[in-house]
Amino acid sequence: METKIGLEIHCQLTGAKSKLFCSCRCDYRGMEPNANTCPTCSGLPGTLPLLNKKAAEFAGMISLALGCRIPEEIAFYRKNYFYPDLPKNFQLTQYNAYGITSIGVDGRLEYGDGKSAGIRRVQLEEDPGRLVYESGSMETSVYTLIDYNRAGVPLVEIVTEPDFSDPKDVRLFLDKITSIMEHLGICDTKLEGSVRCDGNVSVGGGNRVEIKNVSSFADVEKALRYEITRQKTMVSRDIEVKSETRHWDDARKVTKESRTKEEEQDYRYFPEPDIPAVVLGEKFNLFARQSMPELPDARKERFISNYGLSAHVAQVLIDNKEMADFFESAVKTYQSPKEIANWIVTDLMSFVDERQKEDRSLFAGLKIGPEHIADLAKIVDQGVVNRATAKQILSQVVKTGEMPSQVAKRTHAGKIDDAGALSQAIDSVFQAEQAAVQDAKRNPNAANFLLGKVMQATKGRADPKAALEMIQQRLGS
Amino acid sequence: MALYTLDAGSVASGIKSRKFSAEEYIHQLLERIEKVEPKVNAFVTVNKEALDQARILDKKIRDGENAGSLAGVAIGVKDNICVQGIKTTCASRMLEGYVPPYDATVVKRLKDAGAIIIGKVNLDEFAMGSTTEFSRHGPTRNPWDIGRVPGGSSGGSAASVAALECAASLGSDTGGSVRCPASFCSAVGLKPTYGLVSRYGLVSYANSLEQIGPVGRTVADVVAVLNAIAGTDERDHTTAENVRPAYSLSERKGLRVGLVKEFLEGVDPAVAKIIHDAVDTLAGQGCKVEQVSLASVQYALASYYTIAMAEASSNLARYDNIRYGFDMTPEGYEWNTYFSKVRSNFGEEVKRRIIVGSYVLSSGYYGKYYLKAQQVRSLLKNELKTLFKHHDVLIGPTMPILPFKIGEKIDDPLKMYLVDIDTVVANLTGVPAMSVPAGFAGGLPVGLQIMADEFQEQMMLDAAYLFESAAKVQRSPEL
Repeated sequence: METKIGLEIHCQLTGAKSKLFCSCRCDYRGMEPNANTCPTCSGLPGTLPLLNKKAAEFAGMISLALGCRIPEEIAFYRKNYFYPDLPKNFQLTQYNAYGITSIGVDGRLEYGDGKSAGIRRVQLEEDPGRLVYESGSMETSVYTLIDYNRAGVPLVEIVTEPDFSDPKDVRLFLDKITSIMEHLGICDTKLEGSVRCDGNVSVGGGNRVEIKNVSSFADVEKALRYEITRQKTMVSRDIEVKSETRHWDDARKVTKESRTKEEEQDYRYFPEPDIPAVVLGEKFNLFARQSMPELPDARKERFISNYGLSAHVAQVLIDNKEMADFFESAVKTYQSPKEIANWIVTDLMSFVDERQKEDRSLFAGLKIGPEHIADLAKIVDQGVVNRATAKQILSQVVKTGEMPSQVAKRTHAGKIDDAGALSQAIDSVFQAEQAAVQDAKRNPNAANFLLGKVMQATKGRADPKAALEMIQQRLGS
Repeated sequence: MALYTLDAGSVASGIKSRKFSAEEYIHQLLERIEKVEPKVNAFVTVNKEALDQARILDKKIRDGENAGSLAGVAIGVKDNICVQGIKTTCASRMLEGYVPPYDATVVKRLKDAGAIIIGKVNLDEFAMGSTTEFSRHGPTRNPWDIGRVPGGSSGGSAASVAALECAASLGSDTGGSVRCPASFCSAVGLKPTYGLVSRYGLVSYANSLEQIGPVGRTVADVVAVLNAIAGTDERDHTTAENVRPAYSLSERKGLRVGLVKEFLEGVDPAVAKIIHDAVDTLAGQGCKVEQVSLASVQYALASYYTIAMAEASSNLARYDNIRYGFDMTPEGYEWNTYFSKVRSNFGEEVKRRIIVGSYVLSSGYYGKYYLKAQQVRSLLKNELKTLFKHHDVLIGPTMPILPFKIGEKIDDPLKMYLVDIDTVVANLTGVPAMSVPAGFAGGLPVGLQIMADEFQEQMMLDAAYLFESAAKVQRSPEL
């Protein structure tokens, strides 16, 4: 049974600083409800929308990054429907039914290993306000509060073709999109609700079901899995899948029918008369292209060719801009890219939990900066500590913020390579393991056993090379 | 002579030269308003602070400060244009308690020019109508015959000017709403080129059609107000770029005038006669008048009402009484029920237009109605372009009929819509148009409509001034 998944991704252009059609702030988080509003974004009579050019530029950059074509001119349409979170009871968005007006069309994005998905369109639109349910849920609330602080924040909606069949691929794709947003510097993906994703699922050519209200990317994957199983089960029992919108129930981890009957809405789209069509032309294309920072794909290539990283390690690094930046910054302090990359990708990431990865804030709560990892790589390279000790040091450093080299010094964690200390350790091992010593005198390979004992006795701090040499020396004498 | 009878120019110069004070002038006007309002009902709100503002202006003048081109001139503002701190009701229950926190750009510019906003004047609810009968505040009456309508929707703007309650006023013209009442009340009313005057602060009815325009008793007064309000506004994307006009009064010779044949078809013969007299007057002033044809006029009304209602249906969606409005508790209703319940408080005509507008925009009908209506606009634009190659201005009657009795057409929307036949062309095409008093038939005013090509306001004003100077038509009635 063929599964088809399409995505609608909404991303707030928080980097645009002000709302899409007025000068209120994009960053409303933590503000008094309705404090971040003005006559325009609260829809007072007589106000007119003024287009935020920065937001249009950003949307243009995303379009290019997703391989879209930018039309000669763009326009805005009114999507008319009544809902209390919409101050004007219409949303300003873009619409392609009567001619292309959206800022990006017909794109394609590669992700994972050689996979790709079509991008149907990228459109610029305004975010609605937020409804706050007094009891936390719509079903049980006696009253509902409206906060218009978010109303008018610029959003791009990215609509993909139904090119996915595996939720795991969706996850890879979303990570890629997020990393692109981060690299373009247009969206602070750490902010709650700044990137949201709805999915459309159909199986075996059946009806399409839309899934909304999914709050995290990890849950997008879960919701899609659940929905695919639900639909396949229905089909196998000869039950027809209804075309509907289902909501993801975060607590029960299931999709469920929307309580409110969402009929086939007629949005009565028509061109916004207050904003004349915006002519972009070649100039805009050029401008957007020139103002674009390095994108993840290019950065990955650079990591491979300049730093000699493996494709896998480079991919892991660029999937999150914060990590890639962290890496490059560490490399600037100490030029040992491979060592540093490994420390970040394998060891440092083991201290980052799933939640933090999900929130795109990897290092929150960890007292660590690029200089720490650079220092760590350096003392390992220089043979001051061995790898095992270095790992232990790292686990302390993330909590305290102390420099690894200082920790090593303070705890005498450095390798034991001076002859006196080593020979003391070897003395006691030879004493305790006389049978093994005898054995080793005949069989050179057994020396390794003794070395293991020495390492054990020194808690791994002995310089193995120096210790082995001394052991062999004694055995030979 | 009573100060309230003075035209805007004389008021400003009188106050600036300290022949009389702004306070005296405003005081007289307030008395005049109190006296004639029971008959005319042009005002929705009289500005309580007008006298204080006059005193402040007087002090400014005594201190030798620049008082502005409209120093002390009392201006009425249609109640769908926002004035900070004064109720803006749009003559609707839906905005009963609404006090805007900001000035419309035109209001700010008037204030900057020294004008005093004397009050907010009556209109058809949300500017939808041609008679000023569809008002929450009761109908405004025609000062020339208080049993008749003053025209609309800016009926209060024209009636207050004709009744000497203010020197000039602002109206809004979506399909003739400034020119129709100007014609019915023997005043001068002008609809600027689309994009000449900012709409910021005008409560939208049909955004792509409407402009704010001045009403005055003379062409000179209309020029003075237009000069104050016109020009690029960064708050309105639809204003033309880099425009800051300074119109003047000049007697241009040898104007090429086109009399639009279709505008005279089916017109009340009494109106037609006065228009023919006007043609003679213009010819007598050296104008070359020719009859011309504007064939696509036949589609204009259908196109106009389709677009206007479509835009209105969306513009008026925001009136849900959640953020502002009248006192009504939404308790106990589910959203959709709540929206329906609240929005049943619109008047009949507004509801009619919202319903028709929603219909023409609904899926499957958009192409059939809205797009077709837009095509008519292009057709008309092209036809006008051709005409303006050979003619400086086009003329005809502003209204095809004389002011009619209050209540006469209120129950017949189609008949009511038909009276806009000559005015909607300018809104559909964006060109400027104005109405100038042309004479009287049986004591009732008739207006001459003059249209020019886009941004050719000066040409249009020249024709109007030429005609006004020659025709000498009476402007204010005994009340």
